[in-house]
Amino acid sequence: MKTFGGKVLFLDRSDINTDEIIPARYLTEISKDALKSHMLEDLKLEAFDPQAMQTSEARVIVSRANFGCGSSREHAPWVFEVNDINVVIAQSFARIFRQNMFNCGMLAIELPEDVIERLFSHCGGSAELIVDFNKDSFTISSAKGAESISYVISRFDKALVEAGGWVEFADARY
Amino acid sequence: MALTLAEKIFRSHLRDEPFPGTKVLDIDVVMCHEITTPIAINDLVERGKDRVFDPDRIKVVIDHVTPAKDTKTAQQGRILRDWVRRQKIKDFFDIGRNGVCHALFPEQGFIRPGYTVIMGDSHTCTHGAFGAFAAGVGTTDLEVGILKGVCAFREPKTIRININGTVPRAVYAKDIVLRIIKELTVKGATDCVIEFQGDVVKNMSMESRMTLCNMAIEAGATSGVCMPDEVTVEYLWPFISSEYANKQAALDDYKKWWSDNGCAYIKVIDLDVTGLEPQITFGFRPDEVKNISEMEGIPVDQIYIGSCTNGRIEDLRVAAGYLKGRSAASSVRGIVSPATPKVFREADEEGIIKIFMDAGFCVTNPTCGACLGMSNGVLAPGEACASTTNRNFNGRMGKGGMVYLMSPAVAAATAIEGRIADPRKLRREEL
Ligand code: SF4
Repeated sequence: MKTFGGKVLFLDRSDINTDEIIPARYLTEISKDALKSHMLEDLKLEAFDPQAMQTSEARVIVSRANFGCGSSREHAPWVFEVNDINVVIAQSFARIFRQNMFNCGMLAIELPEDVIERLFSHCGGSAELIVDFNKDSFTISSAKGAESISYVISRFDKALVEAGGWVEFADARY
Repeated sequence: MALTLAEKIFRSHLRDEPFPGTKVLDIDVVMCHEITTPIAINDLVERGKDRVFDPDRIKVVIDHVTPAKDTKTAQQGRILRDWVRRQKIKDFFDIGRNGVCHALFPEQGFIRPGYTVIMGDSHTCTHGAFGAFAAGVGTTDLEVGILKGVCAFREPKTIRININGTVPRAVYAKDIVLRIIKELTVKGATDCVIEFQGDVVKNMSMESRMTLCNMAIEAGATSGVCMPDEVTVEYLWPFISSEYANKQAALDDYKKWWSDNGCAYIKVIDLDVTGLEPQITFGFRPDEVKNISEMEGIPVDQIYIGSCTNGRIEDLRVAAGYLKGRSAASSVRGIVSPATPKVFREADEEGIIKIFMDAGFCVTNPTCGACLGMSNGVLAPGEACASTTNRNFNGRMGKGGMVYLMSPAVAAATAIEGRIADPRKLRREEL
């Protein structure tokens, strides 16, 4: 199983699409590692500097509604994976992106709008987020204090994370 | 119990329900292209599982970047070619026979009412036009599909859209679907199937229905669907004539997939298209849509007519109707990519290719081309493209570029003016 948690990258916008996460011009790569330096390169977000991603130590992304909409490219979870980001928390996800995350054994956590708003209140300084996978909860801490929040994922999604992904799960079962 | 079309397909294809709410379906057709499949193939090889569940149910095309533009895309093509040979997959479409997947595969008769279809491509929803459940998936789902012939889904809820009224002159399926996406928003149909119903849809060609279903994903939908009817049977007849005694028998069979009276919809929307203006996007999301009259006069640098949304023969006929005897403005670069070799050939025979060339357009081979900014037709930063494609995301056609989505009619009018223009102000000529 992957490890989940660490420094948080806040992306304060809805509808961040997979073209922004990893532009099509890099889809000619046939290895995941080759994507590494292009994470969020075309993200349209005020005061966001894609260059800063080169040295980012983020391990968790927190964003708004409909995260990962657009193209089906699994390169989007992969570019996070090779940058050691295994958790994305958002108000909602596009279906294919959410499924791709769990299929890769990664976590896509959906939370109600007010809870997401509370998470964003930790934004500004540096925030850490540690997931307790077995308890379906995480703790977020920053200069503003610490808070523990529980989440719900489906039993299937949980089983995919435990198995290490859909290939492993399906292989054992079908 | 009254069921929707999608629910009927889920029942008939259910292989397993590992947990409540998770349905693992048997897949009838797994479609592959060179961008999302090679990594799946490499992974299967690495895992020592270089097999396929059924070579006859796997359809493969090289379409996004073809002919290859550099070493990397050549390598992607090569991985696919070697694999197809190794696995004895016979439906493989390479240079000379290839075209945009979602235009090519229907043309080959690969999609039937009631089918389950997956592909590592979000616009797989296009094939729902045949009354199939067709969903875009990622590479891992594709990999398992290739290996096991299954895919897991949450059972989708259905949104029904009744499209009625009189379709105004110069208004097409693209305008209707842009209008629908505006209403639903880019996330309004997440985890849903959109059913396109109503008299307007009944009177639409398969091509137009594919344009509708193609853009269902832009509202977040898993699939768009139309009820299979006489039009569907007519389109499929060359491929199914040996399976049925006559067309009526085929229709009667296909009707079993129709959503039942009284089935459960989570939302029903009635859309009267009478008086609808041509529609166009203005921002970086496909739900940012305006009437053409609010957008006229904005200059553009490039016109792109093509893609899985609007690169079919019907679309080229519309655009050519406006371009006939006219020229694209000298300030714009016009590019047209007929979606498949069949479309190209028909366009040639009908004199449409000549009309485009006389108007100053560059005619490319069938390919995704400019649609996703990784092949030809890439925009420079600050440039804008009037495009018949389906996505206007930031950077979609090249870093710093802007895309306006529109119908082939609006694209043609815009080409002539060099600025966003209303096709209702031009005469559409007989071809
Ligand atoms: S034409 Fe564009 S949207 Fe359609 S399959 Fe090709 S790249 Fe995707």
